[in-house]
Amino acid sequence: MALDPHHDRDSVTGTATTGHVWDGIRELNTPLPRWWLWIFYATIVWSIGYWVVYPSWPLVSSFTQGVFGWHSREALVRDLAELKAVRGPMMDKLAAASLPEIMSDPMLLDFARAQGRTSFGDNCAPCHGPGAAGNKGYPNLADDDWLWGGKIEDIATTVRYGIRSGDPKTRISLMPAFGRDNMLTRPQIENVADYVRSLSGLSVNAKANLSDGKAIFQQQCATCHGDDGKGKRDLGAPDLTDAIWLYGSDRAVIIEGVWGGRGGTMPAWVGRLDDTTIKALSIYVHTLGGGQ
Amino acid sequence: MTAHQPPEFFEEAPLYEPRRAVYPQAVHGTYRRIKWAVLLVTLGIYYGLPFVRWDRGPNAPDQAVLIDFPGRRFYFFFIELWPQEIYYLTGLLILAAIALFLMNAVAGRVWCGYLCPQTVWTDLFQAIERLTEGDRREHIQRNNGPWTAERVVRAGIKHFLWLMVAWWTGGAWVLYFSDAPTLVRDLATFHAPFIAYAWIGILTVTTYFLAGHMREQVCLYMCPWPRIQAALTDEHALNVTYRYDRGEPRASVKKSATLRENGLPAGDCIDCLQCVHVCPTGVDIRNGPNLGCIQCGLCIDACDAVMTKIGRPPRLIAYDTDLNITARQEGQQPHFNIVRARTILYAAILAVIGGIMLFTLATRHAEAVNVIHDRNPIFVRMSDGAIRNAFTVRIINKRLEARAFALTISGLPGSFVEVIGAAPRSDGRVVIEVGPDQTREVRALVTDYNYALPPFTPVGFHLLDIATGERADTRDNFRRP
Ligand code: SF4
Ligand code: SF4
Repeated sequence: MALDPHHDRDSVTGTATTGHVWDGIRELNTPLPRWWLWIFYATIVWSIGYWVVYPSWPLVSSFTQGVFGWHSREALVRDLAELKAVRGPMMDKLAAASLPEIMSDPMLLDFARAQGRTSFGDNCAPCHGPGAAGNKGYPNLADDDWLWGGKIEDIATTVRYGIRSGDPKTRISLMPAFGRDNMLTRPQIENVADYVRSLSGLSVNAKANLSDGKAIFQQQCATCHGDDGKGKRDLGAPDLTDAIWLYGSDRAVIIEGVWGGRGGTMPAWVGRLDDTTIKALSIYVHTLGGGQ
Repeated sequence: MTAHQPPEFFEEAPLYEPRRAVYPQAVHGTYRRIKWAVLLVTLGIYYGLPFVRWDRGPNAPDQAVLIDFPGRRFYFFFIELWPQEIYYLTGLLILAAIALFLMNAVAGRVWCGYLCPQTVWTDLFQAIERLTEGDRREHIQRNNGPWTAERVVRAGIKHFLWLMVAWWTGGAWVLYFSDAPTLVRDLATFHAPFIAYAWIGILTVTTYFLAGHMREQVCLYMCPWPRIQAALTDEHALNVTYRYDRGEPRASVKKSATLRENGLPAGDCIDCLQCVHVCPTGVDIRNGPNLGCIQCGLCIDACDAVMTKIGRPPRLIAYDTDLNITARQEGQQPHFNIVRARTILYAAILAVIGGIMLFTLATRHAEAVNVIHDRNPIFVRMSDGAIRNAFTVRIINKRLEARAFALTISGLPGSFVEVIGAAPRSDGRVVIEVGPDQTREVRALVTDYNYALPPFTPVGFHLLDIATGERADTRDNFRRP
């Protein structure tokens, strides 16, 4: 940059120059409007106002609080309280309504399902999966197969008290460890496993001893699973004749179950979730598709 | 960088310049009349439109133009738009842009001169200023003098009137967002929501400052259009042009008379500066095309009056092109060609986009259905071995009455559809009721027993209005392992 003392005005435009020259190119002085400058100063003043009224400068172990006393956490708490107040009337309506009432009121049904879905995502999804598709040992809640019953009240009871949860009112039953506890021998267990597979039409080895399996089933298993193997919901004993297998339908998996027993657990939610949330949760699960 | 030398002859010019006050003088003539007419029409529409009624029946507002944010609807006479139809707004903006380009191709910044809100409101504010503080000469004289009581009173009335207009401008603005008569009553009785008062306040302040104080500064420093316009325009577009071929050499009436007597060339311009004095942006059009000129044509009116008075032909300043000036100087016929490649192109784009919008608007359906397949689980095996897919079905009813739709599926023989919360009717149909002007989402379960199906099977969802027979369809895939 050089200053060219002899060209203080541009001959073409008549505009004054700043006197700055770069490689022979002179900079014209096209002045900005003065109010532009004032606005710049005004924004500086405005920013100082921000420091005064809002939290701004960090201190050693704290920060300047600002005279408005604004706090992001308080804003959140206030927003949540507002949300709760807005939802209040619908929550009350949901608490009072019966299932048929909810089913016939599109608004209430949508509300219940939305509440239920949120709660499901927060509390149930870790085991049952985000869409309630379940996993090995964790039932799929969207199908029509229910261990402890698929009516809305059954679902609510299960959610409330859990399964083998330790709650006094928990749902509880026991699939014994027939092999480990020496109640059946290994060949007996294999025969009963073959028989169980035959109940739902799964292929079995031609050499399998189904009659022995059936005899053992009637003797040991029918009490809970029923003479026909269709299960008993009051005992949480699964239907062995349908297409749904909580742990899988492989022969080895069935043998493993009969040998070592089964007993999945589900926590009791009473005390942790309020009644209306449990109701919403039950309606959500019920309306996934399998509710009865 | 070479060493810093103190400049010897360097004139120290300021980096910031104060605003030069512009006192536009009153003017009469063709373009002034056009501007008054445009001002009346545009402001009349702006202030009056919210009060125009349009009967839509019991389930919708009867305001002709209404932007209903809480209800998420936009009403424009017979058109009612939903938020997902925002593309009509996009289309409208494109139309506006192309229309601006077309105007530019025909007559440069004619938008700036006649239609731009900044121009229209500034024009109104300047009229108020002349009314209260007097025309140019009187106003300048008083402003250069002391602060007399009269000056204070006149200025006070001016600012009061300005604020009234500004306030009414903000007031009209909020009426577009709520039922106008109700809101006017609520505003007057201090029952309107705070946000309404806030917006009125904001628009009062912006109108007062932009039209009263900023004026041509907005066009010079804030508005992007002059820059874009300068890049878009061409030499064929009409501009307010000083016909220097006729006007120069300028001289006083007497002097030019003498010159003519002596057979010497004399221009028509008598250097009376009327064109400069009436200019709302303080431009001297005789210097040629200028960034500050908004093409309002007022200098044409001013000069025409002068020309009439001195007995010379009018239109020394006129809508013309530099090409024509050159043509005249070379003794050729000047001409203006409105049909050019770019005007045809812009008009064609306007017609095509406008046509598409009209067509889609006219053939718009009052019902629609969308489905979303459940992502997790993609399918569910039922205890009897059937496979079930779950879908969220969204039904849109744009009619202003409640309607009942039967939902059916196709593409999966032997399968059936159930809807949570809508038990099948006695005739076996799944019927979903949707309220007036509403959307309803339901959960639909499709169960299928055909074990030979591939992993993806297209499935159609069909909606039938059981009263009118109108249909809406969509499709998705049925998934299985
Ligand atoms: S120069 Fe003429 S046309 Fe341009 S803004 Fe001024 S009065 Fe209007
Ligand atoms: S009004 Fe006409 S005659 Fe007067 S200075 Fe302007 S161009 Fe010249």
